[in-house]
Amino acid sequence: MGASFGRGGATGFLQDLEKADCIVIQGSNMAECHPVGFQWVMEAKARGARVIHIDPRFSRTSAQADTYIPIRAGSDIVFLGAVINYILSNDKYFHEYVVAYTNAATLVSEDFKDVDELDGVFSGYDPETGTYDTSSWAYDGVSDHPQGDAGGQGAESEESASERAAGHELGGHGAALEHAEVKRDETLQHPRTVFQVLKRHYARYTPEMVQEVCGIAPEQLLDVCEAVTANSGRERTTCWVYSVGWTHHTTGVQGIRGSAIIQLLLGNMGRPGGGIMALRGHASIQGSTDIPTLFNLLPGYLPMPKVGPHDSLDEYLKEIASPDQKGFWTNARTYTVNLLKAWWGDAATAENDFAFHYIPKLTGDHGTYATVMSMLDDEIDGYFLLGQNPAVGSAHGRMQRLGMAHLKWLVVRDLNLIESATFWKDGPEIETGELRTEDIDTEVFFFPAASHVEKDGTFTQTQRMLQWHHKAVEPPGDAQSDLAFFYLLGQKIRDRLAGSTDERDRPILDLTWDYPVDEHGDPSAEAVLREINGVHLTGEKAGQALNTFNEMKDDGSTAGGCWIYTGVFADGVNQAARRKPGREQNWVAPEWGWAWPLNRRILYNRAAADPDGKPWSERKAYVWWDEVEQKWVGHDVPDFEVAKPPSYRPPEGASGPAALSGDDPFIMQADGKGWLYAPTGLLDGPMPAHYEPHESPVTNPLYNQQANPTRQVFPRPDNPSNPSNGERGAEIFPYVFTTYRLTEHHTAGGMSRWLPYLSELQPEFFCEVSPELARERGLVHNGWATIVTARTAIEARVMVTDRVVPLPVGGKLIHQVGLPYHWGVGNEALVTGDSANDLFGVTLDANVHIQESKVASCDVQPGRRPRGPELLEFVADYRRRAGITLETGNKLRYPHSDATTGADTDGQGEGTP
Amino acid sequence: MDIRKTFLEWPVVRQLTGSDPLGRGAAVQSKRSRSLEPRTTTADRMVQSVCPYCAVGCGQRVFVRDERVVQIEGDPDSPISRGRLCPKGSASEQLVNSPRRATTMLYRRPRSTSWERIGVEQATDMIADRMVESRRKRWQDTDEHGRPLRRTMGIASLGGATLDNEENYLIKKLFTALGAIQIENQARI
Repeated sequence: MGASFGRGGATGFLQDLEKADCIVIQGSNMAECHPVGFQWVMEAKARGARVIHIDPRFSRTSAQADTYIPIRAGSDIVFLGAVINYILSNDKYFHEYVVAYTNAATLVSEDFKDVDELDGVFSGYDPETGTYDTSSWAYDGVSDHPQGDAGGQGAESEESASERAAGHELGGHGAALEHAEVKRDETLQHPRTVFQVLKRHYARYTPEMVQEVCGIAPEQLLDVCEAVTANSGRERTTCWVYSVGWTHHTTGVQGIRGSAIIQLLLGNMGRPGGGIMALRGHASIQGSTDIPTLFNLLPGYLPMPKVGPHDSLDEYLKEIASPDQKGFWTNARTYTVNLLKAWWGDAATAENDFAFHYIPKLTGDHGTYATVMSMLDDEIDGYFLLGQNPAVGSAHGRMQRLGMAHLKWLVVRDLNLIESATFWKDGPEIETGELRTEDIDTEVFFFPAASHVEKDGTFTQTQRMLQWHHKAVEPPGDAQSDLAFFYLLGQKIRDRLAGSTDERDRPILDLTWDYPVDEHGDPSAEAVLREINGVHLTGEKAGQALNTFNEMKDDGSTAGGCWIYTGVFADGVNQAARRKPGREQNWVAPEWGWAWPLNRRILYNRAAADPDGKPWSERKAYVWWDEVEQKWVGHDVPDFEVAKPPSYRPPEGASGPAALSGDDPFIMQADGKGWLYAPTGLLDGPMPAHYEPHESPVTNPLYNQQANPTRQVFPRPDNPSNPSNGERGAEIFPYVFTTYRLTEHHTAGGMSRWLPYLSELQPEFFCEVSPELARERGLVHNGWATIVTARTAIEARVMVTDRVVPLPVGGKLIHQVGLPYHWGVGNEALVTGDSANDLFGVTLDANVHIQESKVASCDVQPGRRPRGPELLEFVADYRRRAGITLETGNKLRYPHSDATTGADTDGQGEGTP
Repeated sequence: MDIRKTFLEWPVVRQLTGSDPLGRGAAVQSKRSRSLEPRTTTADRMVQSVCPYCAVGCGQRVFVRDERVVQIEGDPDSPISRGRLCPKGSASEQLVNSPRRATTMLYRRPRSTSWERIGVEQATDMIADRMVESRRKRWQDTDEHGRPLRRTMGIASLGGATLDNEENYLIKKLFTALGAIQIENQARI
């Protein structure tokens, strides 16, 4: 999202779905995973909207849709590419919107070579490191890295490691450009316009290819193409809804990019009933990215600094945004200085670059999977689990649990005694004999946590809206909030280091760590939210809350912990606690809670008006230019400088917000345009290209490149991969499995498997299989099945159902197995069972380091799995039969004519770091 | 004998003759059920909250009596949820009051086969000691080129997507000031 539009977050709000004329739900089972949000899809349907569901498995969402199309898991980009191809070849795009608001007319560098020309990879690919030098993807005459000189120090691999660490921010915001002056051909005819590049790139995404790869018939594809194009344009809008069915892939970011391209071509961004609805699965998962507990981000999508290119504040800021580009990221200095002032107060001065050097530096991927591997190498002493259950919820559960057994100390803070807190006595590895309780040296601290009704605070839900929840009662027993725990822990650590003269202790001793407390000694969440919002430090307004981030100064006279949240305390009032009933407001409901940025509910809503500022149609009027008042007005807060007229053109040499024209709606982007083609910012390609999942029984028919050549592989003995089609032994794992949620449980079960109602409603782990697969493998409804991968084997009750259909793909019938992943092995929960996530290995998307846990290959056998040490032998036998080595599945440039050939993977591989 | 107190009071008769032919309301009430009051009306107070499960962010009304949560219902004022809750949201009173909920601080020594009880204050002190020690032991001042790193690789964290923004803010602030960088949450998973 960030790479396409400039901000990482859903572009609209749930209630706005009812304004849509067509809704495509792909990679999401919204009716079961977001049931209450789904009412807005039903409202739209009741008003005549067309609802289309595309998913591997028939679910309640499919049942409610007008059209359901089964798709092979992991082939979404082919389907999206074919829709793009249809739009371009039949001139169905919204011409005026595309020319004015996207980068379609921009020229791409002569150096760029597409995957078609290079046999499956884009220009700049280095098979040694599995990474791209992205400089050839740039716009004509614009370099992607503003500063040019990254120092030239350090080994090649280290630089690419740094690049990988950088990948992340893309989720967060648009990438930097050297300057805003790009070459354009508004006739879209020049062969190097983004428009023509796109047209050539998607030419091979034909209906026949969709049939071949996705298992979807040409007439089904055509039906969707006609529906979305007929329901887009001036008078009508289509919305695309996705969820983790897209993100949990080695091509996850590119899947979302595929829908972004469609929505830009059809002119659906920034408009009511349009946009891309990202459905998130946790109460504050958007918030935990905005104010990130993530290794590569600081609050407000500022990147964590990397060693080398970010050694000084100036160097750091140059890489976020060139001072000569367009858009609001050119204010990054202001946002950074305000964060530093919020954290280090008087110790942050203009003379010391506001203590920028206090922030620790990254050297590569320090994500959660890399961290677990460090645990296994005994490099990590202590680990905090805060409302998270990786023993069940993370891919490769065995690696998670074994990693924890290597820790010196583990802190688990949760409502229930989750499996991650008890793995040392009842985990699956105790049963297999791999671990013995008496040998595990890990100290474990279990802290009972306060529930949401036992503390004040804000969640940021899926549409970027902060909602304050009030404390209703005191937490029971020893339970306390994380706010209280970490405040106290910080005080205790500061006490222990008080008086230290060691320079390394300055950041913790100089930290602003003084919040008002209540009668129980608990810190005030409102005071913390106020710090996040920001305040004036000096002048006549000293002590007052900032109203918008435009009031922030870069001279140290203001402080604010997360610039995108500035305004949540506007006028000194907790805006997130607003509760004006929805029925007393319009459908935008701006006085319920508060959405970032600046309470805007649909992002990029300048695009809801034509270049002259008039609504595209009366029916879809949302935000428009009022000639009389000389400002932008409408149903929402304009996502634009409110007094900048549509006719505004920047003066020569302008930069920053002033360089945004009156018709540049994507105000966070370096050129003010929506990006059909990403000249910079992504690590695996400027346009989505289909690659097969890391483990697949199908050969990629589109390119001579099987899987994403930039995916992060970890060839370790404890992380073996199943062979894919074409590799020796692939037939041992002939089926595809995918995982999903049920309505009655929540992720790893920590908040559901301990509750009587929910446990009774969904008591037991099961697998969904088609009648055809049941016949092929002798599976019996209500009986047991054992599902096997190179990592482990698990058992599940069998549900034989027509909801899963085998799909004709690549000349054979591909069977898919559905697995809900909520259960885990332990003695504490009301309901327990084998964990589907134990089946996965660790292979990651290069951009965001998210694991591929929505698809992999497997075998299925009738009956229960072996117990104890026999389980290990059973799985080892599978690995032997499939001939699995460290190289299996892990070759990045594969298959390739110039490198190793054929199916024998025992030879020398290439590209495996 | 008052005929109204005999067979005319039978539920089936009331169902057939009254205004409740489906037998889902007044027709099937007994003297006892007529005297019942919903917990929502006998509560001492109602507090507005937000559902803690998925990211739709449904409004909740939390009913409290004698300083105890007695019921959690959907908030009809919410423009997003309009009073509705899914099975998980509807069960969230059990999330608060489940008899299986852990409310006791527990500690497991190295190589021990069982939990033991310790105080929260003592446990927090023990963690503060370990934080200081692990931070120092795994400290990195510079990389191999002498460039500043100013960090520790000895302490990691996972979690945050179910926490409040204010909590995540303090966590990120504290860990960053300590030089700990391996801070992650569900957004990566």
